[in-house]
Amino acid sequence: MVMTLFSEKKILSVSQLTSLVRSLLEENFEHLWVEGEISNLSTPSSGHLYFTLKDSGAALRCVMFRGSAKALRFRLADGMKIILRGRMTVYDQRGDYQLLVEYMEPQGVGALQLAYQQLKERLAREGLFAEERKRAIPILPRTIGIVTSPTGAAIHDIFKVLERRHAGLHLLIAPAKVQGEGAGAEVAAAIRDLSGYPQVDVIIVARGGGSMEDLWAFNEEVVARAIYDSTVPVISAIGHEVDFTIADFVADLRAPTPSAAAEMVAASKAQLLADCASLQRRLQQAMDQRLSAARVELHYRASALKSPELVIARMQQRVDDLSQRCAATIERTIGELRRQESDIRSRLRLSSPEQRIESDLERLATLKLRCQIAVKSSLERCGGTVAHLAATLDALSPLNVLARGYAVAELLPGGTVVKNLCQLQPGDCLRLRLSDGEAVCSVESLSPGRVDGLDSHSPRG
Amino acid sequence: MAAEKFETSLKKLEDAVSRLESGELSLDDSIRVFEEGIKHAAICSRKLGEAEKKVELLLKKRDGVLIREDFAGEDDM
Repeated sequence: MVMTLFSEKKILSVSQLTSLVRSLLEENFEHLWVEGEISNLSTPSSGHLYFTLKDSGAALRCVMFRGSAKALRFRLADGMKIILRGRMTVYDQRGDYQLLVEYMEPQGVGALQLAYQQLKERLAREGLFAEERKRAIPILPRTIGIVTSPTGAAIHDIFKVLERRHAGLHLLIAPAKVQGEGAGAEVAAAIRDLSGYPQVDVIIVARGGGSMEDLWAFNEEVVARAIYDSTVPVISAIGHEVDFTIADFVADLRAPTPSAAAEMVAASKAQLLADCASLQRRLQQAMDQRLSAARVELHYRASALKSPELVIARMQQRVDDLSQRCAATIERTIGELRRQESDIRSRLRLSSPEQRIESDLERLATLKLRCQIAVKSSLERCGGTVAHLAATLDALSPLNVLARGYAVAELLPGGTVVKNLCQLQPGDCLRLRLSDGEAVCSVESLSPGRVDGLDSHSPRG
Repeated sequence: MAAEKFETSLKKLEDAVSRLESGELSLDDSIRVFEEGIKHAAICSRKLGEAEKKVELLLKKRDGVLIREDFAGEDDM
């Protein structure tokens, strides 16, 4: 056909040509896969997406109509490298050829993964995951709301755990499709129905394990918002332990599995029963203890009140004891004083003059005796001497001389012994003392001269 | 909210036990605290007993009204 056009030199209108080109393009480029980088992205309110796909050497205008765009789970952004599927067409009015995009996915990571990442980041920025807004799970919920499929594995697991635990709990199940088209909206609606429903104190959002695709509803923004808006705390119990959904991040508490969520609420009740029983026991014990302490004290005080005699007797005993000890002390003191006194006395006695007087008297007597002896012997000695002297004296006595014929002439009156002739005058009266008496004579004459007769008359030999 | 009342009662019971166990109260105060504790223990026990095993479905009628229905899905529950 193209050949024909050129050979016949047929003149075409712009519309005709454009229509021809479009037909050519649309017929020959029907199912294309193209990769490139997004630029000049435009997202008008119509919901269609416009952008340019480019690489280092070329650019291609692209459009994605609303119907296809709505199915996109991630958000486009300039600079994003994508793989897309579509067909070529021409925008008649402008004469631009463009790629009509039917499907696209990010290059490298999967579309779901990217969508998940993007929503997670956005909601985190918005504060939906903030730790400080997480609410405490009530410890004894009156009714537990459960959002899940009434025929699914999750509710079965929950029942199994609760039955094993004999946990008497009131469950209110809000059924929701948990997989496939519209699941997210149903889950969100169920959460909203339970939130604020009378008696419902906590909501568990549960689903058994599955692929990321299967769990996708719980990565949808509508679910995240419903959890965030809930007036009562929400526990997420989705998939297996390793699966983290957006719902898990928004929820007030994440249970790794539905069974784990059931364990949490059941254990909580069992624990509460045990705690209450223990507290009640401790309360009773503490009171018993307090009472018995009070009883002991009362008994003690009462017994003290009952018998003042005992107190008096005890005091009497004490008085006796004290007075005994007092007397003993006094006695001991007196004894001590006595000992001291006698000690002093004996010391006084030892130093008394009596003793000395006695000894002096003794000495005196001795001396006296010695004196007497001495005097006596002296007297005796003197006696001897006297006798001797008497004898001598006797020998020398004038009487003896008289006896030998000598006389003593004494001049009368007066009796003066006449020793010299000159004393005499003739006629003087003399008394002559003889050995056997006296004779008075008168002097006749005086004849001086020496009388030697006597000497011549003395024996000469 | 009754659940909060349970938690309040539990807290008060705990307080009563620890005060009584401290042994520092007069006999009068001990009796008062004990009675308080017993009261809250009774409330706790009652609330624990109140929660009966029951499983219901919350269903939404066409007009948007929510109704409850006994759940018969799991006979072993």
